[in-house]
Amino acid sequence: MSFKILERRVLTPDTVLMRIEASRIARSAQPGQFVIVRVDEHGERIPLTIADYSPSEGWVQIVTQTVGATTLKLNALKPGDTISDFTGPLGRPSEFVHESADTLHSKRFLFVAGGVGAAPVYPQVKWLHEHGIHTDVIIGARNKSLLILTDDMRQMADNLYLATDDGSVGFHGLVTGLVRQLVEKDGKKYDEVVTIGPMVMMKFVAATTAELGIPTIASLNTLMVDGTGMCGACRVSVGGKTYFACVDGPEFDAHQVDFDEAIRRQGMYRTQEERAHHKCKLEYGK
Amino acid sequence: MANKIPRLNAREQDPAVRATNFEEVSYGFTAEEAQAEASRCLNCRNKPCVAQCPVSIQIPEFISEVLQGNFATAASIIARDSLLPSVCGRVCPQESQCEGACVLGIKGEPVNIGKLERYVGDWALEAAALGISATEADHPSKPAPNGHRVAIVGSGPAGLTCASDLAQMGYEVTIFEALHRPGGVLVYGIPEFRLPKERIVAREIAKIEALGVHIETDIIIGRTLTIDQLLDPPAQGGEGFDAVFVGSGAGLPYFMGIPGENLNGVVSANEFLTRANLMRAFDECYDTPIFVGAHTVVVGGGNVAMDAVRTAARLGSKASIVYRRSEAELPARVEEVHHAREEGIDFQLLTNPVEILGDERGWVRAVRCVRMELCEADSSGRRSPVEIAGSEFEIECESVIMALGTSPNPLIASTTDGLDTNRRGCLIADEAGSTTRAGVFAGGDAVTGAATVILAMGAGRRAARAIDQYVRTKSAR
Repeated sequence: MSFKILERRVLTPDTVLMRIEASRIARSAQPGQFVIVRVDEHGERIPLTIADYSPSEGWVQIVTQTVGATTLKLNALKPGDTISDFTGPLGRPSEFVHESADTLHSKRFLFVAGGVGAAPVYPQVKWLHEHGIHTDVIIGARNKSLLILTDDMRQMADNLYLATDDGSVGFHGLVTGLVRQLVEKDGKKYDEVVTIGPMVMMKFVAATTAELGIPTIASLNTLMVDGTGMCGACRVSVGGKTYFACVDGPEFDAHQVDFDEAIRRQGMYRTQEERAHHKCKLEYGK
Repeated sequence: MANKIPRLNAREQDPAVRATNFEEVSYGFTAEEAQAEASRCLNCRNKPCVAQCPVSIQIPEFISEVLQGNFATAASIIARDSLLPSVCGRVCPQESQCEGACVLGIKGEPVNIGKLERYVGDWALEAAALGISATEADHPSKPAPNGHRVAIVGSGPAGLTCASDLAQMGYEVTIFEALHRPGGVLVYGIPEFRLPKERIVAREIAKIEALGVHIETDIIIGRTLTIDQLLDPPAQGGEGFDAVFVGSGAGLPYFMGIPGENLNGVVSANEFLTRANLMRAFDECYDTPIFVGAHTVVVGGGNVAMDAVRTAARLGSKASIVYRRSEAELPARVEEVHHAREEGIDFQLLTNPVEILGDERGWVRAVRCVRMELCEADSSGRRSPVEIAGSEFEIECESVIMALGTSPNPLIASTTDGLDTNRRGCLIADEAGSTTRAGVFAGGDAVTGAATVILAMGAGRRAARAIDQYVRTKSAR
């Protein structure tokens, strides 16, 4: 199979949004799910969280940050180009899609996104917005130029808060500081926090919300090969038990996740990936 | 009966050389060797070999054609019962099936049926590649379409067999494959050095596509489309298939549940082999990474364990098998164990891991094991292993591969109403392949749990007959 890139938008120097023609996936997709992408015949299979989808127009959006050889290759493609494989939707949808309207209407959600994590947060916030549910959203990044999808998010969220490490825009500091400010100083009440971003950020968000006593969901971006439960590369410890992020997740109770193990396991192939990335960079003359 | 001619074994790559490459181990027979080995068959009247073949290949019949040098006829005879002779000749456990029943084996050595089947299968593939009509299966007289459509889930041995049988009955067949390449366990599980992917598997699959079978990759049934969507009429937004066959295999790896299993360096055999076989991580032109340390320990004693340990050795690691029973109980094919030993694989038998130990960075540094002994056979006749107290010791290693078996993926059952599974997660199906849901049939590892290629093929074939009957009955109403 091959899948056509319909649109491409550069969000930051190393983050690209792509709209991929994939009508079957678009019809089945739900918030919280991901796809597996293989760029070309020699490519590896990588999981990417779905950033948006349109069942009627038959497309799925992904947002990819260049972190290695494969993402570099993917982000170099242009509209009209095709990728070899695009499969999904995988993983369990976010828990809230199964909750009753009454339950949802009585809930106040806070989404805490870090960096490229704003992309998978978007379809969740959009879904809730379309169902008339209120959401607050925090997007954090190192500086202003690395914040993505803020305009899109503003359309869907009741309140959008920004945080930058250098204070170039919004709250000056980490997202955890902003969470604290909203809850402790501004008196905001949240029934559930959903956090998506770098593993280390989710670890600290979870620690903060545990202190504040707010139930929290984290979406784990682990290593994967097939994405269907076959390999177990995505093993995570949650509440002392081992789960496969691809089929049991990717969303888990953040207060039960062993983030230190998850961070360590993400680095399992780092040396080899760096080597491949170096080779690939030479090839692409970047 | 006796036979003075010694059994002929196919020539093999030198163990020291092959342990460093991914080329096929066995060269297979030449025409002369095949004919010489064929001359050993007694052509006995009872044909115990046929009775032991799960798909009842007419073994003496094809062997006598090999003896005459009529390879095309031999291929046609096999094609009546099996469409993957080049695969089965390589991966079937012949010693417990056809060859295990061979009369010559009573006093001497059985006919080398596996290598003869492989020779005939490969001969037909070569002939087809050269455009020579070798068997009817290569140039089938396509039957008139009967107007009915069947969906097959999974392109492994069960699905391929079911698809090809149905196509030859006039059905329009679509196979849905979750991965990016068709073949199932033939491509992700069994290594290149045992079953070449391009030369053999891809060609065998092309043969099936030539029958008109359509293969759609990258479609995960249970996620991209559900079984209900496959069966629903187009008016309701469905795909409108008359029936579905589920041959989704047993792909979920077991882990031991011992401490240290989530350390960096511990992987399932499925992950390790998928990286090597499907993703071709051993070839530096491919992007997928794979990790082996200076020493790799593979836990398990089946074919998958042998495949993993031999792959690890080929990637440059010292490689050991750790298995809790003794040599006699190793579930792997005798040939695989023999090949592994020749390639310098270390066997730690009657040994069981109790913990995986890590270094300060969370990477594997050793496996703590305990020695085992087999106790007296219980009522089931099986001798179970028990720990020898105080026998704990450590094996230093940097990578550990768990090859403890697999179970069926729950995805399809959990997304399909009325499709029941048993305690082990296997789909419940009768001998013919009918499941608890009308119009849904199943066979192969998805029903039995992890078994063999040939058993899955047999199940696919029986299900094809049951599907044909179901569709006829339904449309007669």
